[in-house]
Amino acid sequence: MYRQAKTGQLMIEILPDKCDFCGCCVGVCPEDAIELKEAEIFILDPRCTNCAKCVWSCPIEVIKFNKEGVMK
Amino acid sequence: MKKEYDIIVVGAGPAGSMAARFAAEQGVSVLMLEKDRDVGYPVRCGEAISKVGVEEFIPSDDKWIAAKISKFSFNAPDETEVILDFGEAGYVLERRIFDYELARTAADAGTEILTRAYVNGLLFDNGKVRGVKYEYYGEQKEVKAKVVIAADGVESRVGRWAGLETHIDFRDMESAVQITAANIPVDQNTLYFYFGKDVSPNGYFWIFPKGNNKANIGLGVSGLIGKKKSAQSFLDDFMNKHYPNAPVLTKIAGGVPCAITLKKISAPGIMLVGDAARQVNPLSGGGIASGMIGGSIAGRIAAEAVKMNNQDHILNYDKAWADRLGKRHEIFNRIKEGIYNFSDEKFNNIAHAFNKVPYDKRTLGRLFTTALINQPSLLVDIVKVFVV
Repeated sequence: MYRQAKTGQLMIEILPDKCDFCGCCVGVCPEDAIELKEAEIFILDPRCTNCAKCVWSCPIEVIKFNKEGVMK
Repeated sequence: MKKEYDIIVVGAGPAGSMAARFAAEQGVSVLMLEKDRDVGYPVRCGEAISKVGVEEFIPSDDKWIAAKISKFSFNAPDETEVILDFGEAGYVLERRIFDYELARTAADAGTEILTRAYVNGLLFDNGKVRGVKYEYYGEQKEVKAKVVIAADGVESRVGRWAGLETHIDFRDMESAVQITAANIPVDQNTLYFYFGKDVSPNGYFWIFPKGNNKANIGLGVSGLIGKKKSAQSFLDDFMNKHYPNAPVLTKIAGGVPCAITLKKISAPGIMLVGDAARQVNPLSGGGIASGMIGGSIAGRIAAEAVKMNNQDHILNYDKAWADRLGKRHEIFNRIKEGIYNFSDEKFNNIAHAFNKVPYDKRTLGRLFTTALINQPSLLVDIVKVFVV
């Protein structure tokens, strides 16, 4: 299942089962759109702008573009 | 547990614990909140530190020293090795024990500590930070404070909520992955650094021994590199080539904010310390010692502000940090940018040239001088921060 933005555009998603909860993505997110607890992570949909900085900053390739690709 | 404290520290890493301890030692009430269930775990760090950096805050203790370091080994892309011998200069820590002990010193000074307390917002009074909101075993709670010290690491969200600009440019974020592996037959008193575009572009790959042939092995890559190839992929390549059958005891990810300190690290009611303030040495990526220094300064000033009943006193923290280490980090950052884009050939040439220097005349300052000999402005910087 891919998450969908209000615009109808498909979005970036985090694969929680593979995540190490390290916080790289949270630090680089310009919109403060990622919530990270001890072992729980999710994107706050209304804030995410699909800028992809979290994707490039994930050391273990856990944040992915969807199959259509939204890379700018 | 009280409804209000003089000071709340968010995050119980080395910077948070030192902030709590130096505040509590002045007799003010301090609460430290940690989101994970354990202080010190999971470890997100290469764990190397200088002996001087440790002993400013806690006497050396074998129970959290995994290896004693006397040598650096720098390895050029063509496998030329450069060795520097310092005598007993540093440690590779067992941080899950080290962080625990630091938190214990904060507790001894009177700090109350709560783990599994996830801070998810701030309380404000007339635009000024006045406490935190947090989730504790599924329940939403609040606690007031005169000063909040944010030691929430690379995420640095608490400062953001207070209106400070803490978001880090993805190009400055070194996204790292590290394994602790067994059966790695390297010298147990040497830190190994590897350079080159195939191994670790624009940074270094490390092997830090942890005793009994265990070692931390990893690297960080900036978001610019990560766009094309992840840290994980570089690590896999290295391990397949050098240690294909090494048993992996731990694998962790983590981020190192390799930049100069944030422009503003305090505002009425709020102070930032450690990674949250970007108090990392941008050249080495080391942040334990500098985080403890930042924490200790913030804790002291926060307690003074409470006792003087003068919130404006908090704003002196920015300058105190700049004078102690912040300006020095700006120099380290310029040196880092000077060597950032070296080609493999350049690294090889530096290694060949430096290996002609007699063993007893080798210093880090001299190594960087060799590396940056064609950039006179940086040679002046090297003299400021290294013994040449």
